[in-house]
Amino acid sequence: MNSRPLASATGLIVFLAIWEAIARSGLVASTLLPAPSVLPGALISEVSLGFWHAMVIASMEHYLIGLFLGSLLGIACGMAVALFPRVDATQAWLARVLRPIPPLAWIPFAIIWFGVSQSAAAFIISIGIFWINYFAALTAVESVDKELIELSNAFGHRSFFARLVKVILPGAAPGILGGFRAGLGMGWMTVVAAELFGIIGIGSRMMEAAGLLATEVVIVYMLTIAFLYAVSDTLFVRVRDRLLQWQQ
Amino acid sequence: MAAIVEIDNLAAAFDANGEPAGSPVFANLDLTIERGEFVTLVGPSGAGKSTLLRIIADLMPARQGNVRKTMQQSAQRRPIAMVFQEARLMPWRRVRDNIAFGLEGLKVDKGERDRRIDDVLRLVGLADYGDRWPYELSGGQRQRVGIARALAVDPDLLLMDEPFGALDAITRQTLQDELLRIWHETGKSVLFVTHDIDEAVYLGDRVLLLGGSPATITQSYDIAAGRPRRRDQEQVTEAVTRVKRGLSQTFEGGAGI
Repeated sequence: MNSRPLASATGLIVFLAIWEAIARSGLVASTLLPAPSVLPGALISEVSLGFWHAMVIASMEHYLIGLFLGSLLGIACGMAVALFPRVDATQAWLARVLRPIPPLAWIPFAIIWFGVSQSAAAFIISIGIFWINYFAALTAVESVDKELIELSNAFGHRSFFARLVKVILPGAAPGILGGFRAGLGMGWMTVVAAELFGIIGIGSRMMEAAGLLATEVVIVYMLTIAFLYAVSDTLFVRVRDRLLQWQQ
Repeated sequence: MAAIVEIDNLAAAFDANGEPAGSPVFANLDLTIERGEFVTLVGPSGAGKSTLLRIIADLMPARQGNVRKTMQQSAQRRPIAMVFQEARLMPWRRVRDNIAFGLEGLKVDKGERDRRIDDVLRLVGLADYGDRWPYELSGGQRQRVGIARALAVDPDLLLMDEPFGALDAITRQTLQDELLRIWHETGKSVLFVTHDIDEAVYLGDRVLLLGGSPATITQSYDIAAGRPRRRDQEQVTEAVTRVKRGLSQTFEGGAGI
């Protein structure tokens, strides 16, 4: 009973112990690999200096705006493409060209268009999230059971709007929510990169610390990102499970 | 008796998936269903049984011919309701809400809606299952919900497209008997498609054979056995033999059945 949490705790402790041992053995310089035991101190100092929450709030702002815009536009465009054949025809090559461009490749344009600003970071974050949601929504709507659409016609719900609300949205919900969740993680991954070129946030603070070889501070913010991701994913999974309680 | 559906000289150029078919699916197809009658339609796969139901239900256009439906128009009812082979429940709706699907958009207030849902749930023997999710039901129970959903809109005509085709033999027999009881209690007209001749004879007042290419009604058998019927009753078994013979005559040398 409960051997799983025990096993994973053991794994974590062993990992930290090996890390600590290597760091203390003097085999590697402490700037190359800070020991885990110095991390709490580094965190406390970042918090007491006021950096930690300022950076977290700033990054959170970029993240949430990027997440909101990227998901909303991605889902809307993906659904529109799946619903209207004419839109589908226009987007096919456009998506093929734009899709493989990584979000970070947009940094020059983000700066030219928005300056070194919050909007630039939000823009870069939203790009990766957009494509994930776009393809998830597109596939989800396309795979809605055609038989349920016929059913909806047979029972008098023949308008586009009725079909959308009664069949397509609920039918596509699992796929759309799956895409949103993937975007949720993707967003945190691009936050740091989007802030590397000077926009205040976790990423810029990491660059500062790295420049001073304060690698323990870098690790504090790496773990901060992991923590923020874990919190947002856990909260989202709760919401999703409530929305999709009809699934086995 | 008055006819509820009269079809004259029907031709359709669409197959069951709604794709335009090169050659017409039907030729000179005539069919009349009397009010309160239970008509079963048998024929080989691809003969156009499902297409015929869909044309009657206005889910598909006919290319030529006349489909005359004499039904009461009312904002509280739908004149035609359909039951499909796969129950086609919406997995995101509980049983009650699946049944309510056809009622949405009708002038039926909340109280009346609940009353009707309770009635049809009782009628199909699922009175305690209203709050279940579809995934919690067996195949037979799901099909009962499909029937309840169709009955809830209080239709004049029930169109049933091989509704028991995917069920095991025992569940199928049970549901056949329940369908006959429900038909008896509600007095609906039924057009029931199947490729099971025993089922067609046991259920129907009349068994129609659909066949040929393009298809038409090749034979019509009145089933003399009274009701309630027994499966082993002589009039039933004798009619089954007759229909089987007719079916093999119709299709001998033709496409495989």
